[in-house]
Amino acid sequence: MFTGFFFLLRARGLKVSLQEWRTLLEGLEKGLHGSSLTGFYYLARAVLVHTEADFDRFDQVFLEYFRDVQPFDELPKELEEWLSKPIDPVEYDPAALKNQGLDIETIRQMLEQRMKEQHERHDGGTHWVGTGGASPFGNSGYYPGGIRVGGQGRNRSALQVAGERNFRDFREDRVLETRQFQMAFRRLRQFSALEDGPKTELELDETIKQTGDNAGQLRLVFGRPRRNTVKLLMLFDSGGSMWEFTKLTASLFQAVSKESKFKDLKIYYFHNCFYDDLYTAPGCHHATAVSTEWVLSQLGQDYKVIVVGDASMAPYELLSPGGCSDYYTYNKEPGIDWIGKFTGRYDRMIWLNPLPQDNWERGYGSDTIRIIKKAVPMYRLTLEGLQQGLKYLTAAR
Amino acid sequence: MDQFRGSAGYVASPELLGSVNIAMALEKPLLVKGEPGTGKTMLAQAAAEALGMELLVWSIKSTTKAQDGLYVYDTVQRLYDSQFGADVSDIGKYIKLGMLGQAFKKESRCVLLIDEIDKADIEFPNDLLWELDRMEFYIPETKETVTAAQRPLVIITSNAEKELPDAFLRRCIFHYIDFPDEEMMEKILRVHFDNLEEKLLHQTLEAFYAVRALPGLQKKPSTSELIDWVQALQIGGISPSRIQKEMPFAGVLLKKNEDLDTLTRAQKSKRW
Repeated sequence: MFTGFFFLLRARGLKVSLQEWRTLLEGLEKGLHGSSLTGFYYLARAVLVHTEADFDRFDQVFLEYFRDVQPFDELPKELEEWLSKPIDPVEYDPAALKNQGLDIETIRQMLEQRMKEQHERHDGGTHWVGTGGASPFGNSGYYPGGIRVGGQGRNRSALQVAGERNFRDFREDRVLETRQFQMAFRRLRQFSALEDGPKTELELDETIKQTGDNAGQLRLVFGRPRRNTVKLLMLFDSGGSMWEFTKLTASLFQAVSKESKFKDLKIYYFHNCFYDDLYTAPGCHHATAVSTEWVLSQLGQDYKVIVVGDASMAPYELLSPGGCSDYYTYNKEPGIDWIGKFTGRYDRMIWLNPLPQDNWERGYGSDTIRIIKKAVPMYRLTLEGLQQGLKYLTAAR
Repeated sequence: MDQFRGSAGYVASPELLGSVNIAMALEKPLLVKGEPGTGKTMLAQAAAEALGMELLVWSIKSTTKAQDGLYVYDTVQRLYDSQFGADVSDIGKYIKLGMLGQAFKKESRCVLLIDEIDKADIEFPNDLLWELDRMEFYIPETKETVTAAQRPLVIITSNAEKELPDAFLRRCIFHYIDFPDEEMMEKILRVHFDNLEEKLLHQTLEAFYAVRALPGLQKKPSTSELIDWVQALQIGGISPSRIQKEMPFAGVLLKKNEDLDTLTRAQKSKRW
């Protein structure tokens, strides 16, 4: 039943497995959906979806799949009563019914007609509105593409609920806040191997065990502490076109600087693209300049590099010598070569771009974005993008 | 089977009640997420009360291990006893069941609340897969298998600090507690305050949702802060007409300086 729904969910990117699907069928068998589409909606959502970030996607698929199911709102009292107590299912030959090929409009008209004529309870059969039958309307019956009438329902139909798409804001591809950044950065951990470093930490469990084995005479056991060994180099674009993303980059900056677990963290700033100099403060003044070559020579290959910038600039700023927009500095090598020096030294380097993906292909800056994207893996600066990027940084290669 | 319909002290949305009943019928843990202050922890208490079941609470901390919930073998006590000549041949005496173990041992069905599971290590939920699935575990020291006599109703809360593993999620019924709308909030306030003046109620609600709607708030006030605020307003004897305009005791609602500044700025502008 609804197998098409299962595959549609998967096709739309919801990771529904057979295990959950079986749980859903079990729930249906127990009647937890209360024979209503709304009940089914809540049951399916509770069983199949595991994070509010996926609610919106689920709503969309639900709408897509059940869009043609039209609930009737106003039913004669009697009719409702007959329908609320269904008889046991009767078996019908699906093939015979399928061939009738009525469309939803015809069925609606037939139902309205029938509701006028019908004056008593009908169960089974193929003509009247009733339960357990094979007419195109009624409930607990069998008719492919028919109309469900009555049974337990609520004021708001499932399609209405799904149609409201209340959970749009929870999607993970939304832009995010400091705390979420922080949580994401916790993934950026690589623990020191237990083979090196001095044994300085008392291992309590092992001490107790050894002492026990030693007939109660104290025997202390020490082990090596596990520490995060990740070294991180972050480069922030603080240029004019980044101003509109100030709050976002500030959140990211705070998240990184609060995460004290890194073995080392170096942060530098640049304007549009990096050339001969990097800066230690966002103002990019000469007083705060450090030579990029010096940075490259000081920070070993084991550093992971995250560049944050919109990568949007005039093509000559990236491709020509002297492209640096600062009048007083002339760069002999074009920006793209400097990017090349970084990718040559650090094989774990990503670029986070706050611009929406649409802008990556067309519009201002898309030329340079395309060029840079080829050199450095680029991710959008959202929770999902950051997670993917960090995964790339830590993945074994 | 008994159905959970909410309780006198706890107002639950029909969707939440549905999820609790689904979890109960399918005998799967119910994972509850939601903004802080939406009553995730209260849910378990209310469910236990309404269903007449005993409530066991396992509060998770950053140092909690899965093993702690099953049992702890107190080797030190045994060692200590042995040195003073006590009979220590019965290892069972030194096995102390954790909350999960206790829930399994209960004669009648109980509610087990695993509170704030996301506080623990990232691997924590995975270590409980088998136990929650089969509702049993094995104690090698005593060669005993503890099996649940009655599968407890397991309610797990999470503040989404850490992502939970997929394998764990697949075994749970999931419910997200949405922030209550005004109508729901009115019901909640009425449950908490016996004699609340109509006018005060509506003025506070209006002001509260206006504050929540302020753009750029770092931490939006939650239900529990609203309840504190109403209490403060009552004790302070503030007349309802002044609430919206002056926002007295705003510090009860907003805990961050930046947020209070945001409010002040909004008040100064004409839009407030």
